[in-house]
Amino acid sequence: MCLAVPGRIVEATDLGTSRIAKVEFGGITRQVYLDFVPEAQPGDYVLVHVGFAISRVEAEEAARTYEMLRQIEAEMPEDSNEVPG
Amino acid sequence: MKYLDEYRDGDIARALAARIRRRTTRPWVLMEICGGQTHTIMRYGLPDLLPPEIELVHGPGCPVCVAPLEIVDRAIEIAARPGVIFVSYGDMLRVPGSRSDLFQVRAAGGDVRIAYSPMEAVKLARENPERQVVFFAIGFETTAPANAMAVWQAKREGLKNFSILVSHVLVPPAMRLILGSPTNRVQGFIAPGHVCSVMGFEEYAALSAEFHVPMVVGGFEPVDLLEAIAMLVEQLEEGRAELENQYSRSVTRTGSAAAKKLMESVFEVTDRKWRGIGPIPASGYRLREEYAASDAERVFGAGEISVEEPEECIAALVMQGLRKPLDCPAFATSCTPERPMGASMVSSEGACAAYYAYGRHARTG
Repeated sequence: MCLAVPGRIVEATDLGTSRIAKVEFGGITRQVYLDFVPEAQPGDYVLVHVGFAISRVEAEEAARTYEMLRQIEAEMPEDSNEVPG
Repeated sequence: MKYLDEYRDGDIARALAARIRRRTTRPWVLMEICGGQTHTIMRYGLPDLLPPEIELVHGPGCPVCVAPLEIVDRAIEIAARPGVIFVSYGDMLRVPGSRSDLFQVRAAGGDVRIAYSPMEAVKLARENPERQVVFFAIGFETTAPANAMAVWQAKREGLKNFSILVSHVLVPPAMRLILGSPTNRVQGFIAPGHVCSVMGFEEYAALSAEFHVPMVVGGFEPVDLLEAIAMLVEQLEEGRAELENQYSRSVTRTGSAAAKKLMESVFEVTDRKWRGIGPIPASGYRLREEYAASDAERVFGAGEISVEEPEECIAALVMQGLRKPLDCPAFATSCTPERPMGASMVSSEGACAAYYAYGRHARTG
């Protein structure tokens, strides 16, 4: 129910009472309301739930934390790759 | 897709699982609150990657599951009325009330429609001024801003034929109930990442401090959940109890100010009954008095209905982390996703339904 899917804002339009955007999800484009993420701009990724963006993906934070995950993977001892018994 | 695929990476998942195994020295009971996270955990078989000391129990964070029988009966009663277009998120249609479900209303000629967004229901009201359009507004804090926007927009446009049947619940009061119970087993929580995307994490930091229990705001992909579990295990092994944020690519301390402002202008906090658990004080939303004309319960006066839960169902204990779905004699026998008996079997995000779909082998394994 609380599923939210990341998509990229292709373009945004201000309708006065609402701000809507075309958001692309892996090749599919849908209309999304941007009212809850006024800071989001074209090119940004947003997490979309029931037609509304609920957050803007922090690209730098995502890159930083993903790099930490890659480090954990790189430091993994060889023998710990086995399926636990 | 970006921000999904990289969090399903098997090598990173195995490295995190290895880290959890290295750090774990004794048994810990962890709960993920959100049903979407339960679904991911079972779908990707994450319990099989964890050391036997780590027990995952599954919280009540599935709004479809915890919608009380009374509100489902009320929805069925309203949807069956002539002249009504009843609009719902798809997951609610097969949820049984005490006698019927919305699919049966539709089969009997009721105009029941599925929408992806509440704004589709507003559009239907605009296009069908001679009909009453009722939207079934269920959900946690993630969904509340969208449902609030539908009501706000309909009122702004002066649509007299749009109303919502509200079944909104809030996460922190349910966590407080679990933590405050003398039988509580949960030693660390994965806090719900999308609820926190909207609300921020200050409420969870306060709960963590009050009950001295570690909490990590977690995302929804397998790597997110394993990282959140690793962070909880590190806190527990080190004797810390604080709020940490694994899902920092989406969640900030204060969440979305615009969403919270709109919710607060449309909804107010009220007591709610949770299916399987019972009444929890100040655990949900209802429409404010200014929006009475958009409140389907007032528009249709669908009076008080009170229904009892089946006695043999242990959903309440499952959703508080006290029992597992496989402990229930009705599981996969008299209670299945096709004929659910209780809350946690009615939606694919309920713990019992997730076990049924992905985990039945665990009974013998």
